[in-house]
Amino acid sequence: MAIRINGTDVAVPDDARVSLLDLLRERLHLTGSKVGCNQGACGACTILVDGERALSCLTLAVQMDGRSVTTIEGLGSAEDPHALQTAFIEHDGFQCGYCTPGQICAAAAMLREIEAGVPSYVTPDLTAPVLVSREEVRERMSGNLCRCGAHNGIVDAILQVAAERAA
Amino acid sequence: MSRMQNAVVESVKTVLGWVPAQWLPGGTPDPLILRRAAIGRQASRLDGPEKVRGQARFAAEVAMDRLCYASLVHSTVTLGRITRLDTANAEAAPGVILVMTHRNMPRIGTLALIGLTDLSAVGNSSLPIMQEPAVRYNGQVVAAVVAETQEEADHAASLIEIDYAVDTAKTRFDDAKDKARTPASILIEKNHVSVGNAERELGRAPHRVDNIYRTPGHNHNAIELHGVTVAWQGGSLVVHDATQMIAPSANALAKLFGLKKEQVRVLSPFVGGGFGGKGLWDHQVVAVAAARLVDRPVRLMLSRDSVYRMIGGRSPTEQRVAIGADADGQFTALVHTGYSIMPPYGACPEQYTLGTRALYRSKSFEIVQRHVDLDVVPNTFMRAPGEAIGTFAVECAIDELAHAIGIDPIELRRRNEPDRHPISDAPFSQRALTQAYADGAKRFGWERRLAEPGARHDGEWRIGMGCASGSFPYARMPGANVRITLRRDGSATVSCSAQEMGMGTATVQVQHAADRLGLPVEAITFEMGDSALPAGPMAGGSSQTVSVAGAIMAATEKLTGELLRLAGNDSPIAGLRAGDVRLVDGGIAGINDPSRRESYRSILARAARDEVTVSAAGSAPLEMLKFAMHSSSAIFCELRVSKVTGEVRVDRLLGSFDCGTILNPKTAASQFKGGMIMGLGLALTEETLFDERSGRIMNATLADYHIPSHLDVPEIDVMWTGIADPRSPLGARGIGEIGITGVAAAVANAVFNATGKRIRDLPVTLDKLL
Ligand code: FES
Ligand code: FES
Repeated sequence: MAIRINGTDVAVPDDARVSLLDLLRERLHLTGSKVGCNQGACGACTILVDGERALSCLTLAVQMDGRSVTTIEGLGSAEDPHALQTAFIEHDGFQCGYCTPGQICAAAAMLREIEAGVPSYVTPDLTAPVLVSREEVRERMSGNLCRCGAHNGIVDAILQVAAERAA
Repeated sequence: MSRMQNAVVESVKTVLGWVPAQWLPGGTPDPLILRRAAIGRQASRLDGPEKVRGQARFAAEVAMDRLCYASLVHSTVTLGRITRLDTANAEAAPGVILVMTHRNMPRIGTLALIGLTDLSAVGNSSLPIMQEPAVRYNGQVVAAVVAETQEEADHAASLIEIDYAVDTAKTRFDDAKDKARTPASILIEKNHVSVGNAERELGRAPHRVDNIYRTPGHNHNAIELHGVTVAWQGGSLVVHDATQMIAPSANALAKLFGLKKEQVRVLSPFVGGGFGGKGLWDHQVVAVAAARLVDRPVRLMLSRDSVYRMIGGRSPTEQRVAIGADADGQFTALVHTGYSIMPPYGACPEQYTLGTRALYRSKSFEIVQRHVDLDVVPNTFMRAPGEAIGTFAVECAIDELAHAIGIDPIELRRRNEPDRHPISDAPFSQRALTQAYADGAKRFGWERRLAEPGARHDGEWRIGMGCASGSFPYARMPGANVRITLRRDGSATVSCSAQEMGMGTATVQVQHAADRLGLPVEAITFEMGDSALPAGPMAGGSSQTVSVAGAIMAATEKLTGELLRLAGNDSPIAGLRAGDVRLVDGGIAGINDPSRRESYRSILARAARDEVTVSAAGSAPLEMLKFAMHSSSAIFCELRVSKVTGEVRVDRLLGSFDCGTILNPKTAASQFKGGMIMGLGLALTEETLFDERSGRIMNATLADYHIPSHLDVPEIDVMWTGIADPRSPLGARGIGEIGITGVAAAVANAVFNATGKRIRDLPVTLDKLL
């Protein structure tokens, strides 16, 4: 029984109550994933499971057996940061920095969702390809709360990365 | 404060009124106002790389050997006492190390309440913490469980059985108004201000408005939960906390646990949002006590529910604002009175009338606040306490009056713009609100607004524009200390126990120190977040930046003296005094004769020194007492209201600020916007729902308390006059709180313009518009 976390296999904990978030933070000391509510309301604990975004506070660690988990620590490094990490700094997409890892992980998966043509509540035409727009990004990022109010910078950073990718 | 303290403050102000301005701090404007290089530059945050990689270490993330975990139990009744307490099942549960209740909690005293008179006091509640069976509010902590893992602690906490004898509690705001108290002061201001006879003026004014405005309770809801990791090491205590008040918390914990100041170290290098909520509350005290009993390090991270139960928020208010105006729209009466909650064991008087005293000229004033006593978790300071909601009432009233008279609301404000403080008659240090309005109106396109409500439509939507003033006082805290170490290699370290909650503390002080010391920003390190460093002030009242800046100014003066002494008689600058030189390009140079200069490297080499270190405290902030020092803003909003659902969508929001020198446009813009976004929540969605029957908060989750999410937040525009305040360090005034002020009124005024409906009850939810 193992979970692949940022490329390394980790044993599934014996206590079935342990959430993926607590496994990451308390047992593996991967504290980049944050906790703001422990009930799926804030998005601070967002991580990637097999490339898709998930709330690690609502995920039991035992459910992750055989899956591949990527946290903010696995997304980019000091030498080789993820494009979103660089863009967040550039656009001041954070203040206290607490919601930030969750916002970045969510954004990484969200851009892939748009690329894959998954529509959202604000998608104007369900039959046409989905386009990246400010409105789409705002809607799709609404599960990630930010109390410091860095919303404009976050959306600007994401749009910049999306534009660079499209270029 | 008492009547006696009122008298003292008043007499100091009177004396200072006669003292020539040059003798006071800020008497001669800070020379850096005119001579800045790094300051005012658009710089990215120094801690950005750590934050975006999840490497910034928060309080509940510090790893420790033998760490164990705590979980709390809260009272489910409001007033009463515990009659039966059965902890046997919890104690027998797997992994449990300790169950702590009032029976075995170490005996400690109570915290001294925050007050401006005792700077070391930081308590938000003076109630005993788990010392007795009595329960004083719903949600008070009654037990803590410590176990090997969080899961074990949480489970065991659920096994504790408690019976209570319940007393009748005071939980109804309206009922308690009859017994409201009228305090002598609100913070350091006299509470009751009566100039002329406002009620009589109101009665005979040709134009008047007189209404009641209501604002609900609010919670800070920083995304980081309150958390603490505590370790006793020998007789000393190390507390990794999420706090806005590092140095004073260390002092308060030392006092409470009978330790010497040096025996307590509080570390808090990063705080995941504070907004007034991250102070010293019961949880730190419980964690420290539990760690002592189990003799192991303990981590206590509150659940979101616990944060609502035991960390107070903003008090609800009921405010009356009445304005009388003559035929020209000049105010003859301004009345602002009201009620807010302040239990006798709390510290925060929710100062919603303080801003009103400086906003408008009027022939007469009647201003007074009354405190309602309820059995609730004590309310506390939350972003722009007072002004955030006081401006809602006053600025809606202005809009109502403008509508009644039939003139533009900006013009009405202009006609009543004061040239001195309307009540104290003190001169303003600097004030350009009229310019902020003019600039903002132009950028926003205010001239396109139709004065007639409900005149603009677009399909399902009614469209409206509104504006309002924001305001927040300048504050510089006494007792800010820093240490500067300047090295022979031309680098310098500035140290202060200051806190970083997202304001960009280090980023901005590095920019400042670079200019102050005449060094490049790369040469400066700013150490903070640790009570072992020279004591900084708490981060509150938008005062940290100028308070620390004032201390750096004082330390730089000392450093200059020290360097001149070390330079001695063989230096090109020999004979020059501190007043004759400035620090520039990595050395000291004469002001009148810049060719007389010597580099730090050369001075220190000749003196055979590797480094020189000085410590200093900022001067007493007397400028605040001699001058009226306020920031102000003009907020503009355009929104749509659905004819079908009553839903409000804010399309455009602009803030035009007059806040002194802007030190870093990038981080400043973020702070302004962050405040304005919290203002959108205040206007439209945020409300702590309090069950007046049970005394219990009903929406203690982020799912039920609605803070703005991405889709709620439009692109926000901010601009500023940038005019320096000649009386403050760097010409700056705080910017952390003013952003939220005025926003709720701008939104409500725009809703009126769109629909013709005047909502005087926050939040402006759709049910009120149908
Ligand atoms: S901690 Fe997982 S959504 Fe808030
Ligand atoms: S940056 Fe602080 S909560 Fe988003």
